Amino acid sequence: MSGGGGKDRIAVFPSRMAQTLMKTRLKGAQKGHSLLKKKADALNLRFRDILKKIVENKVLMGEVMKEAAFSLAEAKFTAGDFSHTVIQNVSQAQYRVRMKKENVVGVLLPVFDAYQDGPDAYDLTGLGKGGANIARLKKNYNKAIELLVELATLQTCFITLDEAIKVTNRRVNAIEHVIIPRIENTLTYIVTELDEMEREEFFRMKKIQANKKKLKEQEAAQRALEGPPKEESGGTHSENQPPRNLLAVEEDNLPVLFN
Amino acid sequence: MGEFLFNIDHGYLEALTRGLKGGLLAQSDYANLVQCETLEDLKLHIQSTDYGNFLANEPGAITVQVIDEKLKEKLVTEFTHLRNNALEPLATFLDYITYSYMIDNIILLITGTLHQRPISELINKCHPLGSFEQMEAIHIASTPAELYNAVLVDTPLANYFVDCINEQDLDEMNVEVIRNTLYKAYIEDFYKFCAGLGGKTAEVMCDILAFEADRRSIIITINSFDTELSKDDRQKLYPRCGKLYPDGLNSLSRADDYDQVKQVCEFYSDYKPLFEGSGNGPGEKTLEDKFFEHEVKLNVHSYLHQFHFGVFYAFIKLKEQEMRNIIWIAECISQRHRTKIDNYIPIL
Repeated sequence: MSGGGGKDRIAVFPSRMAQTLMKTRLKGAQKGHSLLKKKADALNLRFRDILKKIVENKVLMGEVMKEAAFSLAEAKFTAGDFSHTVIQNVSQAQYRVRMKKENVVGVLLPVFDAYQDGPDAYDLTGLGKGGANIARLKKNYNKAIELLVELATLQTCFITLDEAIKVTNRRVNAIEHVIIPRIENTLTYIVTELDEMEREEFFRMKKIQANKKKLKEQEAAQRALEGPPKEESGGTHSENQPPRNLLAVEEDNLPVLFN
Repeated sequence: MGEFLFNIDHGYLEALTRGLKGGLLAQSDYANLVQCETLEDLKLHIQSTDYGNFLANEPGAITVQVIDEKLKEKLVTEFTHLRNNALEPLATFLDYITYSYMIDNIILLITGTLHQRPISELINKCHPLGSFEQMEAIHIASTPAELYNAVLVDTPLANYFVDCINEQDLDEMNVEVIRNTLYKAYIEDFYKFCAGLGGKTAEVMCDILAFEADRRSIIITINSFDTELSKDDRQKLYPRCGKLYPDGLNSLSRADDYDQVKQVCEFYSDYKPLFEGSGNGPGEKTLEDKFFEHEVKLNVHSYLHQFHFGVFYAFIKLKEQEMRNIIWIAECISQRHRTKIDNYIPIL
């Protein structure tokens, strides 16, 4: 994982605290990944479902439309050309569409709901002749419109879902291939860095110990060198010898830490 | 009366009409048309009939719409020729024929005006047989009252309006009710006119008009079930000149369903067989188809007599039926719905 991604990591100071922070972030990212994956699956399920329904509906639509168009021909055969009068008579739509929303794993899907507004204003069309055919015509076209509305719902859902699925998939992939590796990289970086520091520390400790040991040995050797004559001359020498200058010894007392 | 003198004034036109009637499509022509696979085929077959190359100058693909327009155009040309050469009282008779188209046009214009649509658009959609001089002037009227006072009183239909529809009705009544009221007045008036002409004309035409009146009464009754039309209003729409008048119409006005209408018509030997053979199932002819067939029969029978005006009326009606048949066949072909292609009304 850390192959080429060694450089791609979050800029943090490698410390224990940063490590725990990263660990929680990694955990969060993994959790989010699995959740998003579930969401994508649910959306996909719905998507397939809608796709199937659209295909079904479109096939049905063809037949219904054909029948409706033919019943128009039939009605015109008996009732003459009545369409102009009907068109002129229209002042407002009788068939209306209401929009509702449906929630599928956090994605709002529009659902169109068709309903008849008010009584049928063209009850009497074809009163003189062709009434039966016109009634059939109305029925057929009503069916066709219902199907159309349903199809519109499905198509809009299809598009919305498609978008949502794309976004979700993008997120899933981003988490899987960018965010998680990056956090992992950072973690390994922190770990290696910490290890490195530990080794340095260890080495330093060892060095200090070695230095201290050397100093002690030197001191001991010096003392051994100075020691016997001091003991031999006894009190005579010690009396004429000036008292030991404490400052003079300083050159031996070099700070170990900074050498 | 006028049988001896008929040919002096109307001999030419009667001969012409009989000739045109001979040009109507025969059963064999229909058989050919039904076989067509595309509209182009249909065009080819029609060329071999009396229609000749009436579609020849059409650029682009042939559609049902184009055929419809051309057929209408041809009918109008023929009719205008008849009308231009007609002498009284045939001229008035021919005018009466156009009134029925005029009613449809006026209804269309009234609806358009009431809904503030541009009249110029509507003029094109009117049936050319029913056009009249005042039609262009209708756009000056902006309110129903103006329309009624300024325009409608000048049209040939003024009498029908005056008798049964007043100013307020124009605004409130359903257009279909207005249409049928006008139609009722028209049929009654036409019937009276024909009866006044006397002779063979009265004999033949009264028969046809009586059937037309009864057909309307029956169909209106059947179609008004389950609608807002009350029984009283319904009764006002029945033309009172058919064979059903007065007893049959009274019973019809009380009918509540299809079976009761059927029962009423049982007593009339002309209509009984029509009801018996009709039904809504597949393969059965609907009542309206039966009526169409009967109408065609009456119209064709009018050619068995001579020296009367009925032939002109019958010619127009037969021609109309033929146009509907051709359009039907064309629709069936263009929509690839061949199973019902034989449902046209054959002209004997």
